[in-house]
Amino acid sequence: MPLFSFVIRRLLQMIPTVIFILIVTFVLVRMLPGDPASAMLGDRARDADVNRINHELGLDRPLIVQFFYFAERIATGDLGNSIGLKVSVLSLIMDRLPVTLMLTALSAVIALALAVPLAFVAAFKREKLADSVIRGTFQVGLSMPVFYVGIILLTVFAAQLKLFPVGGYGTTLPDKLYHLFLPALTLALSFSAVLMRNLRASIINVMNAEYVDFATAKGLKSRVILLRHILRNALISTVTLFGLQIGTLFGGAVITETVFAVPGAGRLLIDSIYGRDYPVLQGLTISLAILVSLTFLLTDIIQAWLDPRIAR
Amino acid sequence: MISLATTTRTVLRGRKLPRSLIGGGLILVISLVMAIWPTLFAPYDPNLFDYNALLAPPSWDHPFGTDSFGRDVLSRVIHAYTIDMQIAIFATVGPFVIGTLVGAFIGYVGGFWEALFGRLVDATVTFPFLVLVIAIVSVLGPGLGNMYVAVGIVGWVFYARLVASEIKVQKRLDYADAGRVMGYTPMRIVFRHLLPNAITPAIVYWMTDMALAILLGSSLGYLGLGAQPPAAEWGVQIADGKNFMNTAWWISVFPGVAIVLTGLGFSLAGDGVAELLRVRR
Amino acid sequence: MTSSTAQTTMSDGTKGLVVRGLTTTFDTTRGLAIAAADVDFDVAPGEVVGLVGESGSGKSVTLRSIMRLIREPGKVSGRVEWGGRDLVAMPAEELRKVRGGEIAMIFQEPMTALNPVLPIGAQIEENLKAHTALTGSQRRARALELMNIVGIPAAERRLDEYPHQFSGGMRQRAMIAIALACSPKLLLADEPTTALDVTIQDQILKLLLDLRDRLAMSVVLVTHDLGVVAATCDRMAVMYAGRIVETGTVAEVFARPHHPYTRGLLGSVPRSGHSRTMLQSIDGTPPSLTALPQGCAFHPRCSFATEICRTDRPPLDLIGAGRRVACHHHEEVAAAEPIL
Repeated sequence: MPLFSFVIRRLLQMIPTVIFILIVTFVLVRMLPGDPASAMLGDRARDADVNRINHELGLDRPLIVQFFYFAERIATGDLGNSIGLKVSVLSLIMDRLPVTLMLTALSAVIALALAVPLAFVAAFKREKLADSVIRGTFQVGLSMPVFYVGIILLTVFAAQLKLFPVGGYGTTLPDKLYHLFLPALTLALSFSAVLMRNLRASIINVMNAEYVDFATAKGLKSRVILLRHILRNALISTVTLFGLQIGTLFGGAVITETVFAVPGAGRLLIDSIYGRDYPVLQGLTISLAILVSLTFLLTDIIQAWLDPRIAR
Repeated sequence: MISLATTTRTVLRGRKLPRSLIGGGLILVISLVMAIWPTLFAPYDPNLFDYNALLAPPSWDHPFGTDSFGRDVLSRVIHAYTIDMQIAIFATVGPFVIGTLVGAFIGYVGGFWEALFGRLVDATVTFPFLVLVIAIVSVLGPGLGNMYVAVGIVGWVFYARLVASEIKVQKRLDYADAGRVMGYTPMRIVFRHLLPNAITPAIVYWMTDMALAILLGSSLGYLGLGAQPPAAEWGVQIADGKNFMNTAWWISVFPGVAIVLTGLGFSLAGDGVAELLRVRR
Repeated sequence: MTSSTAQTTMSDGTKGLVVRGLTTTFDTTRGLAIAAADVDFDVAPGEVVGLVGESGSGKSVTLRSIMRLIREPGKVSGRVEWGGRDLVAMPAEELRKVRGGEIAMIFQEPMTALNPVLPIGAQIEENLKAHTALTGSQRRARALELMNIVGIPAAERRLDEYPHQFSGGMRQRAMIAIALACSPKLLLADEPTTALDVTIQDQILKLLLDLRDRLAMSVVLVTHDLGVVAATCDRMAVMYAGRIVETGTVAEVFARPHHPYTRGLLGSVPRSGHSRTMLQSIDGTPPSLTALPQGCAFHPRCSFATEICRTDRPPLDLIGAGRRVACHHHEEVAAAEPIL
């Protein structure tokens, strides 16, 4: 199956990228001012103690040697321990990252649910009132900063109307989704605006294509034409956009988690930057980068599935 | 061959300005005016505490209410134009210039540089921009200056990518060959001839980038990593008011409206510029 | 006088396609463009009718108007009778059943007319699904059968392939297989061979004629190529600036054209075997559809034109059985030196 070999090929292509990510992370984190020993012991530490800790952590060895130790540890899943929280970085990430993943996944679903039907309406009522209203509303949404939307939604729907909890996270799955709904909606607002804009243009391109005429001439039901012929072709370019937006989505997640006090990887990232918690920072960066690569892989696969011309 | 002067003239000749450009332009002009002369419009000193009017709701005296220090919100919102418009310009002009120059070089020279640049683009574009900026700022220390540096380090890549691909296209057109045949130096070909045509998408992107810069700047301000309190900056103001949303919503809401309006102004202007320049091409 | 209230009832009682007064206009920024005006023609069952003209003559628009494929800001009026019903006035759901099920259409460029992301088999089967009650496996069997009928080798494998994996001629065959899946009684073919190599053209035309026999189907073949008309059509209608200017059997029209434009068209076909003569082309260009000339639309380019041609538009007159022409001087034209 061409699709299968395509997937394998792309997975293999990921390997040099992952290695590159490891090297860059290693270098960047080492470049941060202040060393972990001082951070651990505090400003008043004596030089002798600092040197001792640095020796224990292997920080006085040549960089290349450090990198090999680093790579070796990563391979075995040992990401070190958090300086501030004194637990293994891996366990921290395993705790927090799924939360962020669920948040972004939920917001992607909401964004699609908003963008797809409205993109169709806007495309079919092009240049008419409905189109302008839809585009205008999304444009306003796009101009609102994520934290602003967050605190407004939080105030109105959680604090005042008490329809949703004021932040935090739940225990069971439905409870978690309930807690994540407002933050996901916040993220979804600007994400859906970007998607809608692209999808609308795509649909306009496609709906005038001759194969749509041919499908109409075959006497197919309009629902079939809309979904199988128009949407499927229009989605191809939007899927690429989806992948490219992951970075922005995560940036938004960082802020949203701060506003709604969600215990996710975004907040962990901010805290570890503030607290100079290098092992956590390192582990998170690597995990993030790998996740982003995987997301790209996923969007590529979806694209190849949608458009068979790509998988050749 | 098309020089910059001719380009400007032909762009505007005989064409109606798009409505989006007029609308956006109007908002931007007003924003600039308020940024340059805030004291003309602001009724109060933005840092003046008024202990008799703490957390006062909107009224004739204070159309946007007051905050927890008794400062007039309207005046603070107006004075914030200065900082936020500065952010829009300073955070984008550096990347624009650097990116255009590097992009022109890469687009024209191609080859190894292009391949290397390609990898760099992949890495930068996909990684969360906000996170990168936050990381760099936290290393350098909070504050607007460091924010400009942080954005500059990462932001130029986007412009370079646009310009490089445009230069590549322009390079293959006949008038570029004509220049080479006439013995013009590459520098002259690129700058006087290719670039004026290739720079169009970069200019359009610049306008949207300015809107994004305000969003970024205010986000950092909100997080305490950008403009520092007690400066009047919209993000900082929203952070000031976030704990009072139930009792004094006006502190955070009005600065947000200003962000949206200004952002819309840049977006509309960007759309207008795109429309204007697209017809010509 | 154009009075055609009589319906074209064929010998076996079934009616063919009857088009009366079909008019299609587009409201553009430059004014009202009249793409097709008062188009009248008939297609008997089993007949191949050629619709000929230059680009912009309105022939493709006519075809699309019959199927109501014209989009805003276009408007279609008139009567198109098929099976006792008027297609122009028919409600959408009923029209949907006619499309594909009774009348099929194929297009000029198969690469753009086929959905690039669906396999050919799926595109055939969705036609079957929309109009028949066949089960999944029955549909697949029928799709295979169709691929064989249109002459696509290794049909079983190719059912799951995508349009971009087919060559030009094969794509056109695939499009024909898709369009004819439900054995329609009328095929509207919009320049089906124009985008193909000459050798493939022949094959496709033969295929169409073969299918016409096999399915007892009528065909309306739109083309600008008189060679194609000569090879495949029984009757023909010539269009100019959105109007029909001459109709008749191919033999009649080729032997003795009654309209100056038809004469011009026939004259501009390169001929082999004769002494070398200049290629005759018709002076001038077709008029803009938003600014049609007064009187006869052809008069600015016509060597037979007189004063009346400039003021009065000639009606499409019946001058013989199934023979019509719209020209004030058609007898003069007919009497002129034969071209072929």
